[in-house]
Amino acid sequence: MFEALSYLHLQQLWWIILSLLGGIFAFLLFIQGGQTLLFSLPENETEKSMLVNSLGRKWELGFTTLVLFGGAIFAAFPLFYATSFGGAYWVWLAILFCFIVQAVSYEYRKKPHNFLGQKTYEVFLYLNGSLGVMLIGVALSTLFSGASFRLDENFFVRWEGSLRGLEALFVPQNYLLALALFFLARLCAGLYFLSNIDSQTLHVRIRSMLLRNTFYFLPFFLGFLAWLFLKDGYGYDDNGVVFIVAFKYFDNLLAMPFVALMLVLGVVFVLIALYLGIAKTHWQAIKLMGAGIVLSVTAVFLLAGLNKTAFYPSLSSLQSSLTIQNASGSSYTLVAMSYVALLIPLVLSYIAYAWYAMDRKRIDEAEMTDPASHHY
Amino acid sequence: MNELASVDWSRAQFALTAIYHFLFVPLTLGLSFIIAIMETIYVATNDHAWKKITQFWMGLFAINFAIGVATGLIMEFEFGTNWANYAWFVGDIFGAPLAIEGILAFFMESTFFAVMFFGWNKVGPKFHLLSTWLVAVGSNLSAFWILVANGWMQYPIGMHFNPASARNEMENFFDVVFSPVAIAKFLHTVSSGYVIGALFVIGISAWFLLKNREVLFAKRSLVVGASFGLLTSLFLTISGDESAYQVAQHQPVKLAAMEGLYKGESRAGIIAFGILNPDKRLGDDAHEFLGDIELPYMLSLLGYRNVDAFVGGLEDLVYGNAAHGLPSAQERIDSGKIALKALSDFRAAKAQNDTEAMKTHEAILQAHMKDFGYGYFEKPEQIVPPIALSFYSFHIMVSLGMWFIVLFALTLFFTLKRDVQTQKPLLYAALWSIPLGYIAAEAGWIVAEVGRQPWAIQDLMPTHMAATHLGSGNIALSFSLFALLFTALLIAEIKIMLKQIAIGPNGGH
Repeated sequence: MFEALSYLHLQQLWWIILSLLGGIFAFLLFIQGGQTLLFSLPENETEKSMLVNSLGRKWELGFTTLVLFGGAIFAAFPLFYATSFGGAYWVWLAILFCFIVQAVSYEYRKKPHNFLGQKTYEVFLYLNGSLGVMLIGVALSTLFSGASFRLDENFFVRWEGSLRGLEALFVPQNYLLALALFFLARLCAGLYFLSNIDSQTLHVRIRSMLLRNTFYFLPFFLGFLAWLFLKDGYGYDDNGVVFIVAFKYFDNLLAMPFVALMLVLGVVFVLIALYLGIAKTHWQAIKLMGAGIVLSVTAVFLLAGLNKTAFYPSLSSLQSSLTIQNASGSSYTLVAMSYVALLIPLVLSYIAYAWYAMDRKRIDEAEMTDPASHHY
Repeated sequence: MNELASVDWSRAQFALTAIYHFLFVPLTLGLSFIIAIMETIYVATNDHAWKKITQFWMGLFAINFAIGVATGLIMEFEFGTNWANYAWFVGDIFGAPLAIEGILAFFMESTFFAVMFFGWNKVGPKFHLLSTWLVAVGSNLSAFWILVANGWMQYPIGMHFNPASARNEMENFFDVVFSPVAIAKFLHTVSSGYVIGALFVIGISAWFLLKNREVLFAKRSLVVGASFGLLTSLFLTISGDESAYQVAQHQPVKLAAMEGLYKGESRAGIIAFGILNPDKRLGDDAHEFLGDIELPYMLSLLGYRNVDAFVGGLEDLVYGNAAHGLPSAQERIDSGKIALKALSDFRAAKAQNDTEAMKTHEAILQAHMKDFGYGYFEKPEQIVPPIALSFYSFHIMVSLGMWFIVLFALTLFFTLKRDVQTQKPLLYAALWSIPLGYIAAEAGWIVAEVGRQPWAIQDLMPTHMAATHLGSGNIALSFSLFALLFTALLIAEIKIMLKQIAIGPNGGH
């Protein structure tokens, strides 16, 4: 079935799959967003427990998606994996550190004799949700702002600059996506809590948090879109020669109306979801929010790599820039991986079922104080 | 010099993360099945005591699982951060199993883990039991895919070298997945996890009996743990034999280092116990051992399934042995350099669009491809791994493996005879064998990974070519940060675990 596709179609297919994974991961960042609210939203220990437990039953999905994202890049675009992870060493390691500390914090936070103390694990969760998310935003923003690297004759990466990726922190535009993602994660977390936790007092505070964070989110998000659509991008021709194109990403939007539609729909969904959450405390708003985030973030990824665009521009060596055509795995591997990817709907359906089964009853104070039920 | 130091730091960092990661993985692999068996007994008998037993071990499982997840994340990304050249050179083959591991295994583990822990009162008992089994299946499935990847590094097959992209490309997915080395490694590694899970359960149960606490819980746990341990430790021996057989076929230098075999021989014996002579050098006449006990014929028999088989020693493999058809490392280095030169000529021809010349150079390259990696070496002796580390790790692993069989058999015998509580020395032995399980498992990984040196991918890519171009100061710093963080988390894990064990299955009542 997949054998019939051309090499280029396979590369496009895998960029689309990765974009979708990126969109799903961005939605799952609500777990991180929720972690940044643990110090401000609850007014007592029981409320905090409800928030932690509500997130604690989902955190592994976000973590696993991050791992899968890494693996899928490795398999489908190994040159990007090698160049970006090996080159921007410190940015990726900093992100990984933020996720290592997340993985133990839920389980260890309240356990007796936990060595570092409850507060430390809560700070770990906060760091993961704030620094971790913003660093991911910066790393993703370099898909548009570029990085300084060269590839030698073996396609081995030579990074220019001793900061090994941290130089991206000195590019102000990268903070637009970083902060937009940070506030988006908090907004999504708010809507998730409305649906998952049964507590009137928390709901009131969540709504005012949502309203404030919407105002923080919008300027960064709109700023990111403005920057993206006004900036130059790197295009390439049929021979793989890379050159600079003015308004490249805006061109991409016009050239791919379906992507434009995804982006617009995604943004509209997010805004409606926020309205439903803030004005109506609607417990289903999270679903619309999820759909909106997946649509819009996927669209942004598609703009980065499709329509003959270099998705990882090199600022120091134009022709070293990575495109879906020069960075991908072989045709054979992409075909093999495509067959494996057919299992993704099965995976999504058992996740959805387990999620449904576990969330039928919302978390309330009684559950948190019930000694017979396991909680964090 | 700087390059070399940088490689060493990357190796140290990878070794650190791998060793830490494998402190937690085996328990996840083994305990998940033991818990699933216990919960099955609970569902079948509806005996509430079994539910308590299951939940106690499940609690310990969760503490261990969290930190296993944390350390595992790093391993995947380190192939990119620290081994970027490797990631490009073989990413087309190596990336696939990691991605498949994510799709098929990790989601299963993480989704049903949540049901297993929080679902007791939310889903029906059958669905809950299914979830517990799926956590076990998911963990072991994850081990399968990562060992397919590791097996491929030990024995690269199913691919060809593409000179235009300067990398290896997959040719046959099924050759990679069903590689005999990968299957042997998978079976041996998961069975080591089962044995460690069983050691953990009988060790802690023995502690309760020694304290005269939770007697019913401890005895029931002992029956499950010791039966599971006895079966799996026997299987561990069989899978270990198969692993060593595969090493003999595909990594003869590693086998010679594991056995301290300098001069090859027919009807070679295996060293049951030995102390290496530290002054022994390749090619001199000094004796290999200061003292040793050898089991005659066994190495030929186990390595080649034939008592008369010739087993190549380090000197045969480094300097060649024409009588037995073994080329010298120098011949392979020369051949490898021809391959590297052909690759460079191919590039020059490609730059000039000279298709005829490209064909010629590619033909030379492919003819010498089996020695490609050797071209990066200068001296034949460079192909020898650290001998003492490989030898002692191997022998420690095997000796401990034998001890575990005895321990499980005795524990099961006395538990079924109903007087295990009076067997104090046995109970202490069970308790103190918990760390031995971890030592054996780590030693096994040292044999596999140190024994493979100087290769990142056997015969194809030396470790020093695989590393990212990165100043050693960077890696020294990240190494220290990892060491600090992982050690802090390990201390936390052990303290929490000990406290939960002390509290016991009935909350300390």
